[in-house]
Amino acid sequence: GVNPDLASERQTASFSVEKLTAWLDGGAEQTRLRRAVVEAIERDPVFSRENQYFQSQNERYEEAVRKAVHLQKKMHEMGWSQEGPESKYIYRAVAGDIAFLLHRIFMRSISVLGSDEQIAKWIPLASQYQLIGSYAQTELGHGTYLQGLETTAVFDVTTQEFILNTPKISAMKWWPGDMGRSATHTVVFAQLYVHGKCYGIHPFIVQIRSLQDHSLCPGIIAGDIGPKMNFEHIDNGYLMLQNVRVPRENMLNKFCEVQPDGTYVRRGSQKINYFTMTSVRISLISTEAVTPLMKACTIAIRYSAVRRQSKLKPGEQEAKILDYQTQQEKLLPQLAAAYAFHFIDNYLQELFDRGYREIQRKNFDTLPELHALSSGFKATVTQYCTSGVEICLRACGGHGYSLLSGLPSLYTKIIASCIYEGENTILLLQTARFLVKSFMAASTGQSVPPSVAYLAAAKPRKCPARNKLDFLSPDIYTEAYQHMAARLISSTAAKLQDLIQSGVKRHDAWNQCTVQLAQAAKAHCHYLTVKNFAETVEKIESKAGIQKIMKHLCDLFALHGIFSNAGVFLHDGYVSGAQMDMVTASYLDLLAIIRRDAVPLVDAFDFTDKSLNSALGCYDGQVYQRLYEWARKSPTNKQISPAYEKYLKPLLHNTLSKL
Amino acid sequence: RTTMMMNADLRRERAAATFQPELLTHILDGGAERTRRRKEIEALVLNDPDFQHEDLNFLSRSQRYEQAIRKSSLMVMKLREYGIADPEEIYWFKSFVHRGRPEPLDLHLGMFLPTLLTQATPEQQDRFFMPAWNLEIIGTYAQTEMGHGTHLRGLETTATYDPATQEFILNSPTVTSIKWWPGGLGKTSNHAIVLAQLYTQGQCKGLHAFIVPIRQLGTHEPLPGITVGDIGPKFGYDEMDNGYLKMDNFRIPRENMLMKYAQVEPDGTYVKPLSDKLTYGTMVFIRSLIVGDSARSLSRACTIAIRYSAVRHQSELKPGEPEPQILDYQTQQYKLFPLLATAYAFHFVGAYIKDTYRRISGDINEGDLSELPELHALTAGLKAFTSWTANAGIEECRMACGGHGYSRCSGIPDIYVTFTPSCTYEGENTVMMLQTARFLVKSYTQVSSGQRVTGMVSYLNDLSRQRIQPQHVAARTVTVRINDPVSLVEAYKARAARLVEAAAKNLQAELNHRKSKEDAWNRTSVDLVRASEAHCHYVIVKLFTAKLSEISNAAVRAVLTELCLLYALYGISKNTGDFLQAGILADAQITQVNQRVKELLAIIRRNAVALVDSFDFHDVHLGSVLGRYDGNVYENMFEWAKKSPLNKTEVHESFHKHLKLMQAKL
Repeated sequence: GVNPDLASERQTASFSVEKLTAWLDGGAEQTRLRRAVVEAIERDPVFSRENQYFQSQNERYEEAVRKAVHLQKKMHEMGWSQEGPESKYIYRAVAGDIAFLLHRIFMRSISVLGSDEQIAKWIPLASQYQLIGSYAQTELGHGTYLQGLETTAVFDVTTQEFILNTPKISAMKWWPGDMGRSATHTVVFAQLYVHGKCYGIHPFIVQIRSLQDHSLCPGIIAGDIGPKMNFEHIDNGYLMLQNVRVPRENMLNKFCEVQPDGTYVRRGSQKINYFTMTSVRISLISTEAVTPLMKACTIAIRYSAVRRQSKLKPGEQEAKILDYQTQQEKLLPQLAAAYAFHFIDNYLQELFDRGYREIQRKNFDTLPELHALSSGFKATVTQYCTSGVEICLRACGGHGYSLLSGLPSLYTKIIASCIYEGENTILLLQTARFLVKSFMAASTGQSVPPSVAYLAAAKPRKCPARNKLDFLSPDIYTEAYQHMAARLISSTAAKLQDLIQSGVKRHDAWNQCTVQLAQAAKAHCHYLTVKNFAETVEKIESKAGIQKIMKHLCDLFALHGIFSNAGVFLHDGYVSGAQMDMVTASYLDLLAIIRRDAVPLVDAFDFTDKSLNSALGCYDGQVYQRLYEWARKSPTNKQISPAYEKYLKPLLHNTLSKL
Repeated sequence: RTTMMMNADLRRERAAATFQPELLTHILDGGAERTRRRKEIEALVLNDPDFQHEDLNFLSRSQRYEQAIRKSSLMVMKLREYGIADPEEIYWFKSFVHRGRPEPLDLHLGMFLPTLLTQATPEQQDRFFMPAWNLEIIGTYAQTEMGHGTHLRGLETTATYDPATQEFILNSPTVTSIKWWPGGLGKTSNHAIVLAQLYTQGQCKGLHAFIVPIRQLGTHEPLPGITVGDIGPKFGYDEMDNGYLKMDNFRIPRENMLMKYAQVEPDGTYVKPLSDKLTYGTMVFIRSLIVGDSARSLSRACTIAIRYSAVRHQSELKPGEPEPQILDYQTQQYKLFPLLATAYAFHFVGAYIKDTYRRISGDINEGDLSELPELHALTAGLKAFTSWTANAGIEECRMACGGHGYSRCSGIPDIYVTFTPSCTYEGENTVMMLQTARFLVKSYTQVSSGQRVTGMVSYLNDLSRQRIQPQHVAARTVTVRINDPVSLVEAYKARAARLVEAAAKNLQAELNHRKSKEDAWNRTSVDLVRASEAHCHYVIVKLFTAKLSEISNAAVRAVLTELCLLYALYGISKNTGDFLQAGILADAQITQVNQRVKELLAIIRRNAVALVDSFDFHDVHLGSVLGRYDGNVYENMFEWAKKSPLNKTEVHESFHKHLKLMQAKL
């Protein structure tokens, strides 16, 4: 049965959980499809994650390979396709705990960067798993800064081959997934040299393992890079190339080609590459950042409704920890953020789809804005969600520290998202570059993309709020965010200009402003998130109380942001000290209001117990029984520990004689 | 084979330092002689072949536990062989042996033995202490239950006295009452000090401690009536067998209750202890250790991140020039240097609490407990403040190392998972902050009623001088000089006063609205935590500033002054709202503060490597490929990776089991 403490939370929901779920999914039909896919996967014992927390790196890897192989069979059986609507739900159901994710990147890079002939040759082989691909970009010495990569590919006219080399230790490919043990092929990014001239970074298809016995090909040194914080199931690898020769046709040549005589030809626009990067960054926001935060909130909030600790009133039962204001202050803003970022993801998807249609018409005008937004939001959302998951983890006290809570794994996985696909600080600075440029354009009256149009209108004002209820008006707080973002962007741009005008070299001036620039980029994204949340709420046709509770969450997200960044709102007097006290009061009031719906709000995310894989977060709230049951399954309790016979026994019996 | 040369970047960094790192090391250790002795003990461990083993990152949890037990047993014997008895020296030895990680005998040495010493009667000491000292008895301290942690009164385990047999009957009446988490309980211990609700003559007398045998001496099998085991895998603490313990009508003799203070007589009569405050002492002591731990863990993470940032080159700062060290980027400096300053600040705070504790605990033994409430309140808050900050700081250091920070070879993941539980254990941090707040509100109330308060809260006395203008303690303008640490202490003091007052007033307003004290307290708790944080922040800035005047070497004092300024100014720039709202600083001053922080980053840049060298962590202790003293990072990452368990065979067995099949079938 369901723990009565959790059951009572659900009885008082102010809205229909089922309707909210359907709305979040984009319609009841989507919900139905998602549930069908998740159920099909979870019913299959091969996909079980039951023993995951007890497995070694080797066991995890083997499981992941086994699952990936089995998934191919399963998809065939179920009639699912890689491009089908089921695809994203499959990923959600296996919770990313599967091998060959890089195989898909391998295929995509061939599709995007390869010529028609190359696509015709490689894609069928790859989709039939006649080969397993990886994507080797990052090196030991270089990550986000691609121009710095040191691997070389020298064209040899006499044999019509490229000779690939790892000239020094820092040039070794490092980190690519699936490459340590699984991959037979990989796309290697290397500096292209023809007749002694360097043409920059280009992609080459390189076979690294035998298709017969999987042994390493001549000239290849490859292996696993060793244990990490998470992703134990993935064989992130290293790769060293020693005079490895590949035929001329193995350079992916949709955009540039080395002709037989060594002539280098460039064709078409490379801007599409930017677009690929943009699409990857946007696509990871939902799966790698928002979903884990939603899971963490589900676990922490359900547990907080079950856990009773200390007394709020003498003589009464111990209180649910969710009733403590400090606990609400930790968890509820994270819940609001999960919703806020779910909506910003919708916004970005829409923008991206529109951009894609434009690009197909060879109109690249939207690209700079898309690139800036994808970079900025990738950075801010992953950062925010990472810290949100960590807050949830710590809010579960000691039990959160147990792997069985599910929270440590969620955390160690999501933190990687702050680094991959572009290190967050660098991405923020890319967004900042766009913002400064847009600000300059706007202030000279030129037209700027819609997301930055507000920069033209910036003027000194004061926040008009007169009491704490005024701060529950989306206009009031959206304005405050807009003002704050515009101020930070304009003051940073001005500082940059001042430095340059005073004779500081442009790059030095830039470096001296980077702390402020990163802050300005964050402020811009924060503003857009609040604005988009408010607009989303506005658009909900009032059904079953959903609009009302979403409005509360939107208010909470906005006011929490002002409360926690009070300084930037107070700085130029836009918000006064007295108004800040009103913000705080409204913010704290909201905690108590949202508290009542906290459990239904996480139920609406609709995660199955299996996908949460948490002893603390199950739907039925039988936390302690499950924790005890799972702990007893731990291998440490099954095997007879060799430590007793070998060390403890002599210690317990013979120490006296040795002393 | 020749040893590798030091990386040229690090060599340059070290040559350019403006001070001698050894001198600073001496200050951190508390004198040159202490440094010498620490290194002597370190060498004793590092040169001992018994303490060598494979890299722990490549071992399974069971193997790590086994290594830890092996080393612990040797450690206990060697400590005695070498005659190391000073608590600090034992701490060093232990931490070198276990490289800063927990170990299965931690609770035996740190809780079981000390509790026997402080709470057992002489007869009980005769029965238990020597066997425990000689490790025939290995004990743990079983307090936390599945359902209760910091809130001790809620514990559910019962010990019911049976006068007929003169025994206590121990029971775990519910699932939530199962003892959960005690270290060394899962596999190692054969005894536990169990905290249980004492029932005698039909009445509950509250929590008391009982010595409970749990495993058969000789076979190590659990005794009848005892269910005991390991609680399973955790975020970190792989070396530690945190355990569970369930007792079903388990009987122990009356003499197994620790009876130095409270007693149960043979007929069941309960004799009350003299003072409750005595148990405070241990808590204060352990929390003060966590402050020191926060400093050390953060120092280790900073050492790794800063050395690596000096070795790593990336991207371009100036067109056409070679890739710069990432330590030259302002954003990187902004991530790392405030943490470096924080690590130093926490070192000095840790030393201060240790000294104060030593001084006061002398008084406690003579029965003077007057200073205990303040120290208790202060350590609770500082434990929370420093562990939260260090926890976030370690992660920041890891992130500053980019992708490689995520690899276990960086060593930072391990520092993080080992450190992070200190936000929870020995008092959950939010609860700790609220304890400090309770003291602050009490002091505020005393001042309001005309009494004077002393110690770190004496700034609240200024209230009485503000009677004419009762709205704000801090309403008077403080002339803040942003380059003067002493003046910044005043700014922090004003902020603390303002936030304590605001919280106390909000609490009063809630009380006026509602009847229940508890409700009012709960509805003000976010404010109260902020007040505590501001108070702790003030104390830290104050102690750091006070430390500067004690430093005789001018070069060292100069660099520490820069760090102290950075610590104070960075704290302001991260909390500008508080300073602006209270009118302590004006907009223009905030802009100056932000600017000055960036200037200080550039100033500290040249000494950054020397400042982490001063922490003087040996490579073995640091356990990081990225943070190696010689800076030969990439070569050693490759060497390290080759040892990964996945690389044991060139073709992994899953190729034959799965991949080959798939390729054949499709």
